[in-house]
Amino acid sequence: MDRRSVLKVAGVVSAAATALVAMPRLAMAAYTEKAFKAKGGADALQNAYGANATTPSDQVKLKAPDIAENGAVVPVEVETDMQAESIAILIDGNPSPLALTADIPAGTKGLVKTRCRMGKTTNVTAVVKSGGKLYTASKEVKVTIGGCGG
Amino acid sequence: MSSIRIKAKERKGEVDVKCLMKHDMETGLRKDKSGKKIPEHWIQDVTAESNGKVVFSCAFNTSISKDPYLAFAFSGKKGDTLKISWKDNTGATDSAETQIK
Repeated sequence: MDRRSVLKVAGVVSAAATALVAMPRLAMAAYTEKAFKAKGGADALQNAYGANATTPSDQVKLKAPDIAENGAVVPVEVETDMQAESIAILIDGNPSPLALTADIPAGTKGLVKTRCRMGKTTNVTAVVKSGGKLYTASKEVKVTIGGCGG
Repeated sequence: MSSIRIKAKERKGEVDVKCLMKHDMETGLRKDKSGKKIPEHWIQDVTAESNGKVVFSCAFNTSISKDPYLAFAFSGKKGDTLKISWKDNTGATDSAETQIK
């Protein structure tokens, strides 16, 4: 290999490396093994946000059914009027409690609606990160048929 | 056809987005008929971009239901483009683009 082609290869490699380093910063709500595979809610929050001190707040609105007939599809809705940075849904009794984390950039409403799986009757917790602090709202959802398989 | 269906409607400067992604979302806990575990297969990351700017991104666990439904809202206007894409744990990706109505 002559000098020119060596330089070319080096350039491509360094560009690829920069792209890799820049990636996680672009997608901030990216999936992280540590947070999502954590076995407890507090651990999951610690790994996702670097803190697990939470404050219950009535500004976090959590909508979920009182009784979910089918644990495979439980509609969950989280809404807040606070300037949210991130929203997470925790299902306490699931094998890995953290169900979802969403990144809320400026200009996007503090709102997430989705459908979750629930293994058994347990608390569903909505977590909103605002101003570096974590605010929560919880609700118990009764499950008639679990939805985690097994 | 794309695996993602998007509905995006603007009202008073706010765009309501609803989307459905077709995906098995295997938890890794289910067993098939012969008693073998079906390997995990689920969407990990979902990103929404409007006119090239990220307006919403989220990460899913296996505890999100099969054929995930996701709704969110952001400030935008009619005629803007909205692109939603996902990536699963096998590295497969899909995306769909629509115009905000």
